[in-house]
Amino acid sequence: MSTESIAIEKERKPLFTTKDRKLITDPLNDDNPITVQVLGICSALAVTVQVKPALFMCLGVIFVVAMGNFVISLIRNFIPSRVRIIVQLVVVAALVTVVDQALKAYAYDVSKELSVFVGLIITNCIVMGRLEAFALANKPGPSVLDGIGNGLGYSLILVAVAVVRELLGSGSILGFPIIGQWALDLGYKHNGLFVLPPMALIMVGIIIWIQRSKNQKLIEAN
Amino acid sequence: MVNKESNSYTLIFSAVLVVLVGVLLTVVFEITNKPYEKSVEMEKRQNILSAAMGKTLTREEADQMFVQYIKESKVYNSAGEEVQGQDAFTLDLSKELKKPEAEQLYPMFIFQDGSTVRYILGMRGTGLWGPIWGYIAIESDLNSVFYANFDHKGETPGLGAEIKQAIFQDQFALTKGKKIYENNEFRGVLVEKKGKTSETSEEYKHVVNGISGGTITSDGVSNMLQKYLKAFDAYIKKAGIAPATQQANLQTNASNQQP
Repeated sequence: MSTESIAIEKERKPLFTTKDRKLITDPLNDDNPITVQVLGICSALAVTVQVKPALFMCLGVIFVVAMGNFVISLIRNFIPSRVRIIVQLVVVAALVTVVDQALKAYAYDVSKELSVFVGLIITNCIVMGRLEAFALANKPGPSVLDGIGNGLGYSLILVAVAVVRELLGSGSILGFPIIGQWALDLGYKHNGLFVLPPMALIMVGIIIWIQRSKNQKLIEAN
Repeated sequence: MVNKESNSYTLIFSAVLVVLVGVLLTVVFEITNKPYEKSVEMEKRQNILSAAMGKTLTREEADQMFVQYIKESKVYNSAGEEVQGQDAFTLDLSKELKKPEAEQLYPMFIFQDGSTVRYILGMRGTGLWGPIWGYIAIESDLNSVFYANFDHKGETPGLGAEIKQAIFQDQFALTKGKKIYENNEFRGVLVEKKGKTSETSEEYKHVVNGISGGTITSDGVSNMLQKYLKAFDAYIKKAGIAPATQQANLQTNASNQQP
């Protein structure tokens, strides 16, 4: 792939150049939206009590960031810069409403599972953050990849936090009991603190700590 | 190239964008609303019948079985007087809750399977973030709770939203022995913090455990249960039936034979 990466600027380029792949992989680690960009923290608090809603939330965010990036990138040359934030908001809100309505009509059970969180995707800072930072300055193709990449990076942290919180808070994962009755009989107790929102922040903090100790690039020069 | 930063361009761009998005959303709403409303109606039948039978039915099953088992329904007011000309199934409890207490109407469905008769009360209340609702099925002694199910618009997943999980609802199962009356005196079923009432005490018949971390939702369920059970209490007192003392029959046609 290294020879191909030179060809980026040429007319014909391979389906996924190294640069394109970096758009997907960077947000997973070096440029993670939650732990490095510190975006989308709010929903990381709200939907990580259990794994299942966290997974649905991830799918919703991946879809909306990718589509939002695509649409904004398409019309980026027509958007007056003074109203660009409002334009972004309108596009994101419209996309989320379409997703919400489609789920209600054709996947009623999933829409019930997600309930208010579909609407909350609108306020997810990652969506607006990526529209502003990437889609406004890049072509539609890379913008979609950037959206998917950031959605995945967000999902990675969300699911990691949710697994720990559900396991220690309720003793199960995806609703399946992991910590059996025998452990409870021996005097083990579920840690109620993990069910409460502050524990998500502490978990995110721990993840940032681990990530920084492994990835020296993230440590500021001063 | 037009000047993108001029006021007129900005205004026109915004207007066009908003109209386009408006049209798009209207079209999407028109297409999706019918299947959505159908799902909501089917779910209502599912919830009523699942409470009455104490097991989870699929929406499709419930839709088919509903007319077979739910033969009759009633609407009454807070004073317990039956109100004619109202359909219990289509009664919009969210509108009823906005009326003054005395004018509110309450729906009740009668389940009949052979000689088994149960009464199912439709309920609606307020949780932490929005409305909660549910159905409670009462045995024909008018005292024993047979089962209940609950649902909500947007309670917190993992916390308040647990009211719709079996782990909460199963506390209302007949085998748990929850009772509405104590020596013919109305007590209802309260949702309380676990451990507040000892599980071995007599009082535990009128108590189920709330959800840790979901206190406001649990309180909402408790208030809702009390409100609708009290209205039912008024209704059966008006009908002249003392609970628990006799096999009651609230059906209009008592000799209603089953196929």
